[in-house]
Amino acid sequence: MSRVCRVLVAKCGLDGHDRGAKLVARVLAEAGVEVIYTGKFLTVDQVVETALQEDVDGIGLSLLSGSHMTLVPRVLERLTARDAASIPVFVGGTIMPDDEKALLELGVDRVFPSGSSLSEITSYVSELGKAA
Amino acid sequence: MWEKAFLDELAREQSEWEGQLDSKRVEEGERTGERKLRTDTGFEVKRVYSPLDLASAGYDFSRDTGWPGEYPFVRGIEPQMYRDEPWLMMQYSGFASASETNKRFKYMLSQGATSYSIALDLPTHKALDSDDPLAEGEVGKTGVPIDSLSTLEEIFDGIPLDAVKMFTFVNMSGGPIFLSMFLALAEKRGVDPADFVLFITNESLIDMATRGTQFTSPAGHFRLSADVVEYCARNHPNFSPLQISGYHPREAGCNAVQELAFPLSVSITYIEEMMRRGLSIDDFAGSFHWFLSASMDLFEEVAKFRAFRKVWASITRDRFGAQNPKSMHADIMIYSGGSHLTREQPQINIARTAIQALAGALGGIQYMNLSSYDEAFQTPTEESATIAVRIQQILANETGITKTVDPLGGSYYVETLTRQIEDGVREYLEKIEKMGGAVKAIESGFFQAEIAERAYEYNREIESGARTKVGVNAFRNDEPVKVTPLRADPDAEQTTIDAVRKLRDERDSRATERALSALEETLRNEGENCVPAVKAAVMAYATVGEIGMVIRKVYGDYSEEAIRFGV
Repeated sequence: MSRVCRVLVAKCGLDGHDRGAKLVARVLAEAGVEVIYTGKFLTVDQVVETALQEDVDGIGLSLLSGSHMTLVPRVLERLTARDAASIPVFVGGTIMPDDEKALLELGVDRVFPSGSSLSEITSYVSELGKAA
Repeated sequence: MWEKAFLDELAREQSEWEGQLDSKRVEEGERTGERKLRTDTGFEVKRVYSPLDLASAGYDFSRDTGWPGEYPFVRGIEPQMYRDEPWLMMQYSGFASASETNKRFKYMLSQGATSYSIALDLPTHKALDSDDPLAEGEVGKTGVPIDSLSTLEEIFDGIPLDAVKMFTFVNMSGGPIFLSMFLALAEKRGVDPADFVLFITNESLIDMATRGTQFTSPAGHFRLSADVVEYCARNHPNFSPLQISGYHPREAGCNAVQELAFPLSVSITYIEEMMRRGLSIDDFAGSFHWFLSASMDLFEEVAKFRAFRKVWASITRDRFGAQNPKSMHADIMIYSGGSHLTREQPQINIARTAIQALAGALGGIQYMNLSSYDEAFQTPTEESATIAVRIQQILANETGITKTVDPLGGSYYVETLTRQIEDGVREYLEKIEKMGGAVKAIESGFFQAEIAERAYEYNREIESGARTKVGVNAFRNDEPVKVTPLRADPDAEQTTIDAVRKLRDERDSRATERALSALEETLRNEGENCVPAVKAAVMAYATVGEIGMVIRKVYGDYSEEAIRFGV
């Protein structure tokens, strides 16, 4: 049985640039997705706990500070530790092509580097709800 | 300015000329969409401009253009402008570690840089030490980690404080900490602070609404920033203790009018605070600087800088009674707008950056920093940072634009745009005043909402094709991107962590504790300027994180609320 897709959009780590994350949250909401936008400065634990509390279909992370190779794997590890590795994680931000590859290999579901099309992101996220 | 008979004749000529236009061709040509016939900010762009446009706006040469170096400084803050020497060429850098920053600094000096901007990493901005759990993965990524005075000593190892015309220290929320570090460094070297120039951004209000490096409450940050401004006004008039940013709002998505109105409204807040503290406008306004974007709409950008100078001059002189022309000068530093650069076909960003630089130079700015072409991927490599400096050098030396002041002055288009922007800014400022000023506007989320709305519109324009972006929605080349990765030292984070731990072991920690307690007491007293107490803590090798902790103890932590859309 499908229901309205619900996702978390969060910035974890210390980066404060939220233009992209806010845009994604808004555009997804306009497309009918339920979005919990947590804003900036979340820790890895806060991201995972919020995702579990809200029973989300996906977790969107925005990082533009270069710390993605430390923080994203941590999020994946924590999800596994909480028995929630099946929640897809999608990541946006300033990400080098090599890192993109590495993140996907680690288990990130999709990477949307800066400048990615919002319609692409919206199509992708809308599909997440259907798998639930 | 022009005789009526002349204008009537012009109007007749224009009408005749337009009558001859092939209306079918015009319709087809302009059917590319309304958006494309507007400036970036949204002003309608006419087919051609003439004296008729200036006359209908009530243009007056003396009031609206005038002479460089004379009120209201539309043409430039100085009579000679670049004929004497070009704008100061800068390059924002700093990364991984103090020793890497020291090396890069020396390299940039050898390549002709006459100033140096220091970029910090996020833990430092947020007043966290490099070994703080929250700092993990973030140390040295966006700039250099500074944990204590000893890090600054290492950055400046072998570099005299007057090696360049000025240092720009880009930190918004921890002003007293870093001002104190420079003063402490000078003291230890026996250098008189009057012998070097420090620009410290130190402006936290705009930062809170846009870039987001805050670590305590708005009231706390305002106190920190205001204390630095006051302290420098009274003790270090050669420093610039406040750089108010329109760049961050613009990069976060707002338009050119808002880019000017937001920082101007914030400046009014600081002016009023300084006057409340007993200073007069001429004691401090001359040391304020402005940090603006250089964006892509060439003529609008030039008009923007001209309009800005005019509005600032009138605020200081007419509203606050400034008498010293220096108080009326809008000293502008620009950074090329990184949001206009693309991940796709990154080398073409060099062309974009050159155009942004040209806008700044034609706009009469004082300091220029340019993005490197790989901005969408990483912090710059040496190669890409050097290209950015070369663009400035080419502009200043090969194009001839420096030989006359305000070359676009008198252009019917640019003068019309200048006026439109000026009017837009004044109107917007009034709106913010009616809300109770900048602090209220930020606390209520007004700035943030306006910015987010404009960012959203901009994105829709790109996605729909109403706005063309080469390489993105037009002229695409879907080859995989090749960018030389920045080889950061993988051990840098650990080296930095080890260094701060060693520092805590080796210093006289009791002296540090005493200084931190004294600082807490000072911070609890609103009427006392906290800079001396922060400096004492810095001299006792208190770390940035320890000082940050004291500030947070007094003013609280910063946190955000979640927003639910459609839930």
